[in-house]
Order: sequence, then structure tokens, then C-alpha cells
Amino acid sequence: MFLIECPWCGPRSQTEFHCHGEAHIARPKYPDAVSDAEWADYVFNRSNTKGVIYERWVHNHGCRRWFNVARDTVSDRILAVYRVGGKRPEVTP
Amino acid sequence: MPGYSAFTLVRNALSYHENWQRAWRSPEPRPEYDILVIGGGGHGLATAYYLAREHGINNVAVLEKGWIGGGNTGRNTTIVRSNYLWDESAAIYEHSLKLWEGLSQELNFNVMFSQRGVMNLAHNLHDWRELNRRVHAIRLNGIDSEILNARQVKEEAPILNVSRDSRYPIIGASMQRRGGTARHDAVAWGYARGADARGVDIIQNCEVTGFVIDNGKVAGVETTRGRIKAGRIGVVVAGHSSVLAEMAGFRMPVESNPLQALVSDPIKPVLDCVVMSSAVHVYVSQSDRGEFVIGAGSDAHVSYSQRGSFDIIEGIMGALCELVPMVSRMKLMRQWGGIVDVTPDRSPIIGKTPVEGLFINCAWGTGGFKSTPGSGHAFAATLAAGEPNDMAGPFTLDRFRTGFLIDEAGAAAVAH
Ligand SMILES: Cc1cc2nc3c(=O)[nH]c(=O)nc-3n(C[C@H](O)[C@H](O)[C@H](O)COP(=O)(O)OP(=O)(O)OC[C@H]3O[C@@H](n4cnc5c(N)ncnc54)[C@H](O)[C@@H]3O)c2cc1C
Ligand SMILES: [Zn+2]
Repeated sequence: MFLIECPWCGPRSQTEFHCHGEAHIARPKYPDAVSDAEWADYVFNRSNTKGVIYERWVHNHGCRRWFNVARDTVSDRILAVYRVGGKRPEVTP
Repeated sequence: MPGYSAFTLVRNALSYHENWQRAWRSPEPRPEYDILVIGGGGHGLATAYYLAREHGINNVAVLEKGWIGGGNTGRNTTIVRSNYLWDESAAIYEHSLKLWEGLSQELNFNVMFSQRGVMNLAHNLHDWRELNRRVHAIRLNGIDSEILNARQVKEEAPILNVSRDSRYPIIGASMQRRGGTARHDAVAWGYARGADARGVDIIQNCEVTGFVIDNGKVAGVETTRGRIKAGRIGVVVAGHSSVLAEMAGFRMPVESNPLQALVSDPIKPVLDCVVMSSAVHVYVSQSDRGEFVIGAGSDAHVSYSQRGSFDIIEGIMGALCELVPMVSRMKLMRQWGGIVDVTPDRSPIIGKTPVEGLFINCAWGTGGFKSTPGSGHAFAATLAAGEPNDMAGPFTLDRFRTGFLIDEAGAAAVAH
């Protein structure tokens, strides 16, 4: 179980949050223009990285706001917390 | 290979069981094989066994990074059933159940398959309607399934709280009497021993670290014990499927999540069937040693840590104390996690990858122990022919492009 540093509420128990999977997945701008394979890649494929992952969390039993987290999926250590729409921070596991 | 029998048991007792033959060899990897199987879990070992047994292909090696059966095969709650909703799933899980029914004899290894029955509880009107629909659909596929009312549930499992004012009232249940449990390690060991006896090399402590790919065609692997060549390779690494796919240069519709299980202290026999509840994520059976084997839910985040979150345990134990009040006075002895590979439609992937000669069998997720024999059987046929067989066909990786999903997520929810 992690202690997560909500950008608005500070460090809170993981039970107050929910993880919503990989961050930085952009919907194709012109869905009609992409192939079935590209669309499938957008909808279904995930990096599922063993190592540093960039993912979305929501503080649903707190301020109910969304933010991004960089986490090492081997040790489960959280390496950075940053705002939605922000750039991926450079981190080392 | 000398077989196991009552006679050999008595003979070995005379020498205090110190002279049993080894169940399989520990060979050095050869430089080249016809077929490589990556991953020495139940599915990989079963694949190798059926390659040799059914297809006469025994120039095969199984490469395992740790010890065989140390992955999810050795970490699961061992529930076996075949009551799946969709035809494609019903076909492969029922095929598997039929193989389970003869497996100890087939392998000359006691896998302790116990058809004690699997009961799925309904707690509210929606559960009840859904359960009725499923039971009828399952029976139309020729698979045994019956409906029990609350009184019958109580007769099957007297320790359950069926009172009307309990937090999770029990309206009824479905029951598959041919379902049950098996000994997880024995399945890995039995297949390993059978494959080895037919010439397959089982190579432990050999981690695959990369692929040799020549013009889009696989030619071998790099391992911690050197390069091994093969023109046909099957990847069967469960939670590590995305890692191996990345080595080969393609992406997967899979996420790896921790799933936990726990066991209580041993008590006298009080529960002789498996009880599952999808609504509260509880599944419990009593082992031959008397321990309650309890399966919990999975975490929503990706992790390779083989540890789940504590709140999952808290949640499941709270629900179990309501369903089985005597549990509140028991102690939990051990708790552990495995990393399960889950697809968006909760169905496995068996078949070709974008790399020629490279095949994959994965995404059995939270419920693939039961399918070990059937999956190995279908994947061996796929590897031998170079084309998916009828049973594997619908589970192609390409279904995420074509849209022909097999949505067991909606059908079977979280249950195993
Ligand atoms: C807690 C828990 C409870 C479960 N309960 C049930 C249940 O009740 N019923 C049910 O049907 N299913 C259940 N499951 C699911 C079931 O355990 C799995 O679906 C099944 O065991 C998968 O078998 P496998 O052989 O594919 O994978 P594994 O047994 O995980 O084998 C994969 C192997 O690949 C190896 N490997 C990985 N990377 C490499 C590499 N680079 N090189 C070489 N080898 C590598 C690993 O070391 C591992 O041994 C449960 C799972 C868990 C975790
Ligand atoms: Zn907050």
C-alpha cells in the first residue's frame, strides 16, 4: 500500500485514491483517418512497463481531482507526482 | 522412466525414501532446438508435454527464469471449473476440464484433482437473474450446471450465513459439480516429468533477455545461459508477456496487476465444496490440510512487485466474515501475491504475433490455472502446425483489431 502525495491535499493513504491506468495516451485527432490497427493500438494496447510507468490517479475520497504519477512498477515506489497535461518528469528508479 | 505405483512406494519406504529417482533431468541447454517454450509455468510445461505426446516433436526446450511452477501456477487458489458464458470460452475450458478428469492417470502423477463442486452465490435480484441466464446458457453448451435455492445452499455448505438480514443475503447459487480444486505444484511437476521422459529439456534458471530476429522472422533467443537457436518459439510467461513482447518489438493489449491469496490456520473439515461470490470478490475452499484457501481481488494499478495492497485483504476479509461468520475467530497464516496479465475482454490470447515464427499464449489473467491442460493442448497444436487450431482460433491477438472480442469481462465479472 502506498502513501500518495496529492498535489492538493498532501500525503494520504492509497485507499483514498484510484488508479486509472497509463497517462499521456492521446486520442487520434481524426479517427476516420487512422487504420483499424492504429485505432486498436489507441484503445487497447498499453505500455505495461516493468520499470518506470506514468499513470493517472484520482483522489476520489478526497479532493476528487486527477493528477499524474511516475512510479517504479518493480518496487512500487512513487518517484514523482505532477499535474495532468504536464510533461513526463525525468526520473530514475 | 520408472513409474510411480503402490509397489514403488513400499519399496522406497524400505530405504527411508532416500533413493527416489529424479523426476526430471537438469540438462545444459543445447545450441539449437526445433521449438522453444519460454516460461516454465503449468501452461508452458503442458505445451511441451503435448508437443512431445501428441505431435511427436521432442527436440524442444522449456526455458524458465526461476524454478518451474514458481509463478502464478504455484500462487493460485486452484479452482477448476468450466462454466463460462461464451461458446469460445466454454469450448476451451470444458476441453480442459475433461483433460483434468484423466490427468493423474495420464501423467502417472497424482495432481489431486478433487471434483468437490463449485458454487457461485447470488446476493440480490440482479445476481439471481444473471445467474439463471448463465446456467441455462452453459447447459445449452452441454456443460453441467444447476441452480440451488438458499436452503440447498445451506445444505451444501452449512457454515454459510443464509439469514435474510445478513449484509450479503444469499438468494441462491449455481453449482458445477464437476468443478473443484487440484494440487498446483503437482500439475507443474507432473507435466515436467512427462515432458522430460519424452525427451524435452527443462532448463531452469535460464532467463530470456532478448530475441534474435532475422528479416521479421524469429531465429532464437538470448538468455542468461547464452544464445539458443530455434525457428519456432512460444512465449508463455503470464505477467511478463508485455516485457517479452517489447523485446520482440510489438505492443500488447495487456496489463499486469497484483492478485492476492491467503490461507488460514488448519481446522477440521467443515467445507467440502468451493464457494465463490463475484459480488463481494470472495472465493474460498478448504484444503486437504484443513486450511481455508481464500482468494482476494486484484489491484487496479500495474505492478510487477508480486505484492498486493493491504486494503484488498481488509475488504475481502470483511466480506468473508459476513458470509462465513466462524472465520472471524480464525487466524490467517500466510498471504502472497502473483502478477496476473489481464486483457480488456478478460479472455486469453493464443496464437501468432507480428513476428513470424513467434507465438504467444498469455492473458489467462486471474483464472488460468483451470485451463492449464486445455491451453497447453491447444497451444501445442498451434506450435506444431504453425497455425492456430480450432480451439485457439478465436483467441487471436488480432481480435483487438477486428473487434471480435470475447467479452468474459461482462459475462464472468471477476470470478475465477
Ligand atoms: C492469487 C492468485 C489466485 C488465482 N486463483 C486461480 C484459481 O482459483 N483458478 C484459476 O483457474 N486460476 C487462478 N489464478 C490464475 C492462474 O494462477 C494463472 O492464470 C495460471 O497459473 C497461469 O499459468 P502460466 O503457466 O501461464 O503462468 P506462470 O505460472 O506465472 O508461469 C510463467 C513463467 O514464466 C517465467 N518467465 C517470466 N519471464 C521469463 C523470461 N524472461 N525468461 C524465462 N522465463 C520467464 C516465470 O518465471 C514463470 O514461471 C490465480 C492467480 C493468482 C495470482
Ligand atoms: Zn486530493
